[in-house]
Amino acid sequence: MTYPAPRAVAGTRIGFPPWAQTVTGIVLVAALFEIVPQLGLVPAAYLPPLHDVVGALAEEAGRSQFWFALYETLRGWAIGLAIAAVAAIGLGVLIGTTPFLLVATRSTIEFLRPIPSVALIPLAVLLFGADLRSKLLLIVYAAFWQVLIQVLYGVQDVDPVADDTARSYRFSRRGRIRYVVWPTALPYVMTGLRLASTVALVLAVTGELVIGAPGLGQQIALAQSGAAIPTLYALVMVTGLVGILINTLARWAERRMLSWHPSMRGEAVA
Amino acid sequence: MSAVLRRLAATMALPALLVVAWWWTSDASTNFYLPPLRQILAAFADVWIGDRFATDVLPSLARLAAGYLIAAVVAISAGVVIGQSRVVRGIAEPGLEFLRAIPPPVLIPILILFAGIGDQMKIIVIAVGAVWPILLNTVEGVRAVDQVLIDTARSYRISGLSRLRHLTLPAAGPQIFAGLRQALSIAIILMVISEMFAAREGLGFAIIQFQRTFAIPEMWSGTILLGLLGFVLATLFRMVERRVLFWYFGQRAAARDH
Repeated sequence: MTYPAPRAVAGTRIGFPPWAQTVTGIVLVAALFEIVPQLGLVPAAYLPPLHDVVGALAEEAGRSQFWFALYETLRGWAIGLAIAAVAAIGLGVLIGTTPFLLVATRSTIEFLRPIPSVALIPLAVLLFGADLRSKLLLIVYAAFWQVLIQVLYGVQDVDPVADDTARSYRFSRRGRIRYVVWPTALPYVMTGLRLASTVALVLAVTGELVIGAPGLGQQIALAQSGAAIPTLYALVMVTGLVGILINTLARWAERRMLSWHPSMRGEAVA
Repeated sequence: MSAVLRRLAATMALPALLVVAWWWTSDASTNFYLPPLRQILAAFADVWIGDRFATDVLPSLARLAAGYLIAAVVAISAGVVIGQSRVVRGIAEPGLEFLRAIPPPVLIPILILFAGIGDQMKIIVIAVGAVWPILLNTVEGVRAVDQVLIDTARSYRISGLSRLRHLTLPAAGPQIFAGLRQALSIAIILMVISEMFAAREGLGFAIIQFQRTFAIPEMWSGTILLGLLGFVLATLFRMVERRVLFWYFGQRAAARDH
């Protein structure tokens, strides 16, 4: 028995393929960015046309300060994220697998988590000055909670039957964590890491911008105080590109680490 | 009764322990940067319960509310439009993804160019930063509305506003609230940072001022106030969410009990 081929929904797929939509979107944004200041709708002094910004970007790319700033931002991001991840996964597994700790720490976690990490800026400045450690304090605090919450969710999602089975076979606590808890929690951990990697970038750049620690944020503050408007826009664009890069990387890592997981396999088959 | 008491004890034990530990270990502290908790609490009462509440805290909160509300209205309306059309979504996506990826605080120098350094700039900063998580979640939520429900609504000729009111918004509700929650913490961050840049009043301004004049206990009290603020707003948000999405939480609880 044969079925008629499914009709594409509303015919959009045939007439206007996704890649063409993406290209149209990019061209449209770029054109707006170029034309709006050219027409004088917005003073060009505030919003320079795209070609000026691209020119400034090319100029930046030729300066070693720019590459050093990019390196500093990424370094702070990576170190902060790593510290937060290790601490949050370790504590999360410990708390999540110990019912007593889970109950005892809940209110404290609920209280500490929503504290905005920027509240720590004055403290960071006093303790460390305009230093990498100031940035790290902000990044670690903000990223830690993102991962911890996900780890706690993940650990509690363990299938009771699987856990009881492991117990019946006299798995040690370590064995149960390794073979039952960890595989269950991993998708949550990866989600937490993906969210944390975005937050860590925001806090890294914020720390540089406000505290003056070396990095892209500091370059932006310099461009602002020097009234180098096209450079300012170029640097902001770079932070956006770094953000996209980090997001793409995080999604790729997530797919790779979870290639065995049904949620990922399902996508490939369907 | 004893179950309630036990839960109360479990909730309060660790926080109480931590506060007592902080009080004790810091009480004899001579470290300039880590003053005794006793002094911090005294400073808290002096600084925040009085004039400063009206001159610094209230304006900050007003700007936060204004920016957040603008972001919510703009993002949900735009999200509904973008989410309902596949083509619009495809075209808007690259731009939105890019704008979302920019860390919001770096927009402050740019927005200062346009809006100066007054209230207007701060409200715009908060709105611009908070808009993306709400927008993208609304788009996702609207996109994922059950096709059967959409077809049913069409069969019954439910369209326009009543379709929005009874189908699209409720179906996308949980996702929209997820975006609103993310946006809230971003909005608080931006409220503080925008005041650290250029301001004459506000919570962020006051805290930085204390730090620059080395009024350390006062600075600590500001940090504590910000923490309390974050906690209170998150709690309020949860209450609103539970109220608006009561049917959703009920459904989930029912599914769990089965």
